[in-house]
Amino acid sequence: MQYQATVTIEQKAGMLDPEGTTAKRALGHLGYAVESVKTAKLYEIVLEAESAEVAEQKVDEMCQKLIANPLIHNYTIQLRELN
Amino acid sequence: MKIAIIQFGGTNCDMDVQHVLKDVVGVDAETVWYKDENLAGFDGVVVPGGFSYGDYLRAGAIAARTPIMDSVKKIAAEGKPVLGICNGFQVLTEARVLEGALTTNEYPKFRCHWTNIRVETTDTPFTSKFRKGEVIRMPIAHMEGKFFAEEPTLAELDENEQVVFRYVDEKGRATDEANPNGSLENIAGIVNTSRNILGLMPHPERASESILGSADGRKVFESMADYITENF
Repeated sequence: MQYQATVTIEQKAGMLDPEGTTAKRALGHLGYAVESVKTAKLYEIVLEAESAEVAEQKVDEMCQKLIANPLIHNYTIQLRELN
Repeated sequence: MKIAIIQFGGTNCDMDVQHVLKDVVGVDAETVWYKDENLAGFDGVVVPGGFSYGDYLRAGAIAARTPIMDSVKKIAAEGKPVLGICNGFQVLTEARVLEGALTTNEYPKFRCHWTNIRVETTDTPFTSKFRKGEVIRMPIAHMEGKFFAEEPTLAELDENEQVVFRYVDEKGRATDEANPNGSLENIAGIVNTSRNILGLMPHPERASESILGSADGRKVFESMADYITENF
């Protein structure tokens, strides 16, 4: 079965997000008063696996080993089956 | 004595390090392409600066997971000195042989200028030729140099005297103004608990000849060479 995992990598709470802060300031210059801006990175990973469970487990491993740095990042995985 | 200088795609301080080791300090140093995984016969390693793999994912993330890093870890396990400069420091934290992480500068801009650095400990293979508390000058050139570690780790680093260099002002005070990137506790360089792996953001190889503005960095390489002569 083929699956597509959408992985979102965010800074952990308390970590600075200078890119988000800069975007917020720039939005202010354009006249938009926003509470906050946070940036995140998104990866779409397509993989073969026997089941959704196995696919999720593999992607989680990938996040731990490479895609995220667990010391500074939180990540979420959304999985969908591809036809 | 022979020191290996690791080259990844995007490494760009390799030749500077080789010049300083060979022509200034006078020791044998060879560049090693990351696909040549065998580091047998080398007595120390430098992971130089640059932009390995275009800083994709995170600075140092891909290089840290190449097989040559297993050989670097083996050399380190033998007690031989391993020095990571700038991107090399990022690679060593991503490879988890050094604590913490290097994150985007507090003011998210590439900063390239001279900094004052205080030597916090001379009890490492890289700082034996300095005086403790000495203020030295080395340049930085990075955008991801803000040292981050969680509170218990920071406390351990302090307790074990693993912090080797801090950003300070001319008088040696670790102020916010002297901190170029927002590093926690002004940390510019740390060692592992065995003290033979050093990572630092400033570039000692760009401050090894007085004609370039400072020769302070040369002592890092001279200390390393002395350590190898005495122990291997």
